[in-house]
Amino acid sequence: MPQKTEPVQSAAIPFWRDEAKRAIVFQIVALLLVAGAGYYLYSNTQENLARQSIATGFSFFDKEASFEIGESLIKYSAEDTYFRALLVGALNTVKVSFIGIVLTIILGTIVGIARLSSNWLMAKLSAGYIELMQNIPVLLQLFFWYAIFYEAFPSPRQALNPITGLFFSNRGMIFAIPKAHPAHAVMGWALLIVLVTGWFLNRWGHRRLDRTGQPFPALRITFALAVGVPLLIWLAYGAPTAMDIPVLRGFNFRGGITISPEFSALLLGLVLYTSAFVAEVVRAGIQSVGKGQIEAAMAIGLHPGQVLQRVILPQALRVIIPPLTSQLLNLIKNSSLAIAIGYADFVAVTNTMINQTGQAIEGVTLIMLLFLFFSLSTSLFMNWYNKKMALVER
Amino acid sequence: MKLVKLVALTLSLTLMMVGFAYAGKDLDAVKKKGFLQAGVNGGVFGFGMPDEKGVWRGLDVDTARAIAAAIFGDADKIKYTPLTAQQRFTALQSGEIDVLTRNATRTLTRETQLGLNFVTVNYYDGQGFMVPKKLGIKSAKELDGATVCVLPGTTTEQNAADYFRNNNMKMNPVVIESTSELAKTFFAGRCDVLTSDASQLAGTRAIAPNPKDYEILPEIISKEPLAPAVRQGDDNFRDVVDFSVMAMINAEELGITSKNVDQMLKSKDPVIKRFLGVIPGNGKALGLDERWAYNIIKQVGNYGEVFERNVGVNTTLGLKRGLNALWTHGGLMYSVPFK
Repeated sequence: MPQKTEPVQSAAIPFWRDEAKRAIVFQIVALLLVAGAGYYLYSNTQENLARQSIATGFSFFDKEASFEIGESLIKYSAEDTYFRALLVGALNTVKVSFIGIVLTIILGTIVGIARLSSNWLMAKLSAGYIELMQNIPVLLQLFFWYAIFYEAFPSPRQALNPITGLFFSNRGMIFAIPKAHPAHAVMGWALLIVLVTGWFLNRWGHRRLDRTGQPFPALRITFALAVGVPLLIWLAYGAPTAMDIPVLRGFNFRGGITISPEFSALLLGLVLYTSAFVAEVVRAGIQSVGKGQIEAAMAIGLHPGQVLQRVILPQALRVIIPPLTSQLLNLIKNSSLAIAIGYADFVAVTNTMINQTGQAIEGVTLIMLLFLFFSLSTSLFMNWYNKKMALVER
Repeated sequence: MKLVKLVALTLSLTLMMVGFAYAGKDLDAVKKKGFLQAGVNGGVFGFGMPDEKGVWRGLDVDTARAIAAAIFGDADKIKYTPLTAQQRFTALQSGEIDVLTRNATRTLTRETQLGLNFVTVNYYDGQGFMVPKKLGIKSAKELDGATVCVLPGTTTEQNAADYFRNNNMKMNPVVIESTSELAKTFFAGRCDVLTSDASQLAGTRAIAPNPKDYEILPEIISKEPLAPAVRQGDDNFRDVVDFSVMAMINAEELGITSKNVDQMLKSKDPVIKRFLGVIPGNGKALGLDERWAYNIIKQVGNYGEVFERNVGVNTTLGLKRGLNALWTHGGLMYSVPFK
């Protein structure tokens, strides 16, 4: 008799006893349940909204918005569409978040390093700053800074004018800018070209250092070019010095650039609050680097700047970046408090849109999607940077 | 945070929509619950705001009390939910409140796309401008280039933009969510002008550090018929709310006040007898006690009393009746017959 027990045995295992197959079945069931629940929520909401005659959908996008927005990076008036109004709000959110993130990282790093300073006063001041800022709710800080801006500064007619072309009033900081001139565009392009060249130069310098051990001052050269080239172009165009100086006409200043109290207060509040957390992250990162490493680096004759740049930072950054990312995401999310102090961010504009069209579900969905998008793209960028900074084993 | 509340309301609205469809029995639900949940302003003096003892006062509050009196025979069987301009409609749609008496303007969009039913107007308002006197402005036409403080999420934003566009003027809006924060900002001089419904401007001026420094400009740039609103779906409840408002106007037309209503019960006039339920019929038709109108007048008062008590010339607001006088006195207040 031929032995045929083995194949029979394996075929005889029913799929509910086979762990691998069972896992697949469970996953399919779970997926179906989630999809079914999602579909149920969606279709039922649609149906009941229709029954209560509440309008749905995004057809309002191309209707006229017919409300004004205080500040905008792009041209906008009440005649534009809701879509453009929302875009203005989104760009305002990007503006305050981006500038806020840059300033937060700079200030947080400085305070974090100062906290570890051997200078007693500096270390205590930083510690005090961190404790104070971390422990006051950010909304209160926003109200505080906003109140300072509108209470402490005079009306436009009595605006402070410390130097020609610069005014401080409760309408914000207004300053003169150079009058538009063809030279500016050329200078801008030249600067861009210099920066791109500088980046390649820096990479080449690093490779040369790895290969031959000889340093190349790529950063200094780039800096000199970045200042020098636009300056030469400016001179070549006959050094145009005409300025667009703000003048008080009617109620407000015309001309120049205005930085509104709402923007300033929001930026200041977010930066001061978040940088306190970032400072602690930076401090923890630096302290995570072993003392022996620093002593070894000094022993082989690196000067303090090189120790920081070549030994401490590369290792500290690995510890710093993940919690730093989460702090930066907090800053972006907190920027939605703008509506409390009248800055026209995405949430504020969407709120107006919701009230005029009455489509709250769509509006809140848009807010959630946009913040999800901002947060995810920031995360992606930071993860990429984190990978780049990760210790490369050789 | 208000945003959180808005999100929460929206989510609960979504869930409500998911859960069930309305059976059209809002009135039954209110009766069963034992009290009326009214959405009110919370921060506008004279219309809806708690006084220093925490008692809710105002024209809108009294309107809500009248509805409670009609349903329960007791104007105090009521709970208030203070709402911002943005939360108000969502709160009504989601069923968090039964009725909205929060100076809301009746418009076509709200009536259709928001799924609401507005009833008889309880205050005819219009949007105006308030400026500091020291600016020396006499007309809204001089406001070109002004910085304008606006409360968000109202028709106010749109009206202001329309007015400035029509007159080829530029405006620079400052939009702040909370009424009190906005008022503070305006008084500190952040804006040249504050725009809102004229009644709200008067209310805001009343809480200014120095009310005499501010002036309301003569231009009224919009029509703002402020009316209570209910959800669509229960026509009976809509009628109850509608006729509760109308009962106060009708009482003023008939000369019935909270003081003389008891004597009026003995009146020979069949119109008054029908109105006060001495001749039954109206109550049954509405699904209420026959004494419903009597209860409103006895406990809350007629429209004139309510107006004078909350916003009239002898109050801080000092508003004249104007459009809100009876039609017999050149105003717009007019009640349909109670028969």
